[in-house]
Amino acid sequence: MGRLYAVEIVYRGIFQKNLAKNISRAIVLAAHKEGKPGISFGRYGDSPERNGIPAKAFAIVATDDTTLEEGMAKYEPQEVDVSICVDDTLFKGVESWAWYGLQPINKLVKPNGTLIVTSLQDPETLANMAHAKDAPYKLAVVKGTASFSGLWVYKDDHSDVRILGAIARVLPELFSLESVQETIREDSNDELKATSAKRAYERLQTYTVKPGQGNQEKPYQFQMPKWTEMREGIAIPGIPVGEKITDPVDGKAGGFRAARNPTFKKWATRTMRPVVDFDKCIKCTLCWLACPDSVFDVTPEGFYDANMEACCGCGVCEAICPEPQCITMIEETHFHDNASQWEAWRKDHDGYEAWVKTTISGRPERSHGFRFRGQYEQQVPEMLTIARQG
Amino acid sequence: MAEAIVPSQDLNKAAKPAKGEETSLITGSEAIAVACKLADVDVITAYPIRPYDTVMQYVAKLNANGEMDCEYIVAESEHSQFEIVKHASAVGARVFCGSSGVGWMYAMECLTVTPSLRIPMVAMVGNRALDDPGAFGVEHNDALAVRDLGWQLVWVDNPQEALDTALIAYRVAEDRRVFLPCAISCDGAFLTHSQALVKIPSKEKVDAFLPRYNRGDLLLHPDNPITVAPQANEDWLMEIRRQTAAAMERSAGVIREAYADFERIFGRKYGNPFFEEYMTDDADVVLVGMGTLSNPVRVAIRQMREEGKKVGFVRVRWFRPFAAEELAKSLSRFKAVGVIDRDFSLGSPFHSGVLATEVRTALYPSATRPPVLGFICGLGGREVTLPDVRKMSEKVYQAAAGKSQPGTQWIGLRE
Repeated sequence: MGRLYAVEIVYRGIFQKNLAKNISRAIVLAAHKEGKPGISFGRYGDSPERNGIPAKAFAIVATDDTTLEEGMAKYEPQEVDVSICVDDTLFKGVESWAWYGLQPINKLVKPNGTLIVTSLQDPETLANMAHAKDAPYKLAVVKGTASFSGLWVYKDDHSDVRILGAIARVLPELFSLESVQETIREDSNDELKATSAKRAYERLQTYTVKPGQGNQEKPYQFQMPKWTEMREGIAIPGIPVGEKITDPVDGKAGGFRAARNPTFKKWATRTMRPVVDFDKCIKCTLCWLACPDSVFDVTPEGFYDANMEACCGCGVCEAICPEPQCITMIEETHFHDNASQWEAWRKDHDGYEAWVKTTISGRPERSHGFRFRGQYEQQVPEMLTIARQG
Repeated sequence: MAEAIVPSQDLNKAAKPAKGEETSLITGSEAIAVACKLADVDVITAYPIRPYDTVMQYVAKLNANGEMDCEYIVAESEHSQFEIVKHASAVGARVFCGSSGVGWMYAMECLTVTPSLRIPMVAMVGNRALDDPGAFGVEHNDALAVRDLGWQLVWVDNPQEALDTALIAYRVAEDRRVFLPCAISCDGAFLTHSQALVKIPSKEKVDAFLPRYNRGDLLLHPDNPITVAPQANEDWLMEIRRQTAAAMERSAGVIREAYADFERIFGRKYGNPFFEEYMTDDADVVLVGMGTLSNPVRVAIRQMREEGKKVGFVRVRWFRPFAAEELAKSLSRFKAVGVIDRDFSLGSPFHSGVLATEVRTALYPSATRPPVLGFICGLGGREVTLPDVRKMSEKVYQAAAGKSQPGTQWIGLRE
């Protein structure tokens, strides 16, 4: 049996679908230049793919057809040589519609394999955000933000070719820089893109993540029931009525916390979460009414606390809130748990208010899909500059 | 709920009803409508297509006359029609619906999910061709289109059996062990539009036979909070299919129970629920078929018997669940078997009809396997004639004598 190469691309559904597809296609085409057969396919994508929901694309390449067929016999590879993450908020874990649970971003990376990510964060921060692994692996950061390249009319920001250049560097057996550049030229007829790939190749630095380094939490998972254990008729239990909330300071119970599906929780689905300044809240109920996922718990004193086990980060609450800076959507990489903001505010009012002020300061207005309004106009030139400089 | 009153113009004055029964001259469609009345169906949806529309017309009449009390909803399409009753059934209503030919096919999206949702809908299919422009004669391909999906399918051949089977269908479908939909197939025109004298049982007996529909743990109601039909992807689908398969496996036993109770309460005997044998005790060869073609087949068999030809007939009632072992046991007694399909399965093994393919499959595990001939006959409402039956019988005899190759032959075709 020959050598099998597997690469996965983890992306945010819809927004990065074409970006992921372009990368996985180019991997196969570049390897083919060196006589290796391969296939490229999507997983957890297509029709049920939703805005922002994590999904995957794969490229499987082999030294010969028989080995490739053996690699294809399993739809989704058990391990990969290279994992590519095109949105660093996914470092908290991948939570697709299909596997129901939280999958560590580095789960499929082989021992001493490489995880390539487009991010503006430093490698150590990213490594600590990801779940800990027993074996060491390498982390390679391609400097940049989560790209929309390939989505509808959005301009190419070279994210795809820079990642391809990085792959040639970390896994030269798969394909050489020359093969990838040739593929890029054939595809785009853009010499600048071939140059971007080369710069990424030349300047890539890898960071070795030690065994046990990273988030120590056990990723959330659950057992699927047997057919004899499932309720018949494609029916599932309804969500029961909720309960009162106990104030962590005075111990008084009041308000209302909706009961939620105990199995299907939200973890890495969102790219942003609402930060609530309870001092500014006028108790108008609008966030509670408008939230499509019944995220807001009513506190005993009548405030609205966004419960992070239910929030998918859509930002409707921020949009509908009439008080300036009362609810502010903040990028998910700022947070490390799903803890209650209201409890933090109750326990340490001044500390919490100071944290809110720091957290939301200078944060631009968000827009659907993008992190903030004007991101596209601002970032494409920035990314192209980064691409030219490497 | 009004007493069971049969409109006077439909009464055959000459026929004397048995005790507790009334006799009425009604069509197969009207017999089904009367069964709906007797079963006190809660929600009926309707959208017209020939020949099924005769049911909805009669239900509308029963409602208008105050003899029946149900929600009667005229939908804007067959698709909506089946969707409405599906939801009504989920909240605990006994429902009835039906269609014919391409109307049934237009509802296909709703029909596919109904078994998985374990909706005990009873539907009537007025069998109709699919749908070479204007063709509304009988062909069984419409109902057969759902044969793989978890629908129970039964064919009847006279209005009395239509009425009785509709009551049995509710009893079986709404049994908690089953909770699967059931379609009663009535041959277009030959049964849907032919009037016969039908004994209409008393409401008391029907009530004794047919308990109220109890959706139990699957009832969609604020007091039983459940979500029905959430997204079911690859992680759930096989388990859902297996559950539906288990229900279909249980259905056969429930059908037996229902027929035994039917006989006990109504005094009308159907024998083996799954198929009916005619003059098979001493038969050399048999014909097998479904629906109203039984009539010319029986008559032709009697004629042939006078000539010393020992031909028998097996009329399949329940196509789903298919009583494979019992049928194989019965058919392996004969020297040859001819299956008459009022349907087609183009490109199937031996280019047969659907029933012939199923019969061959059922016979495969038997130690004794008679030759099986397939006949395509009576498509699009073409009459199955006595000479047709004789011709088919002769071919089966030839096969029994080893003189013809088993295969498929078209009978009554201009050639």
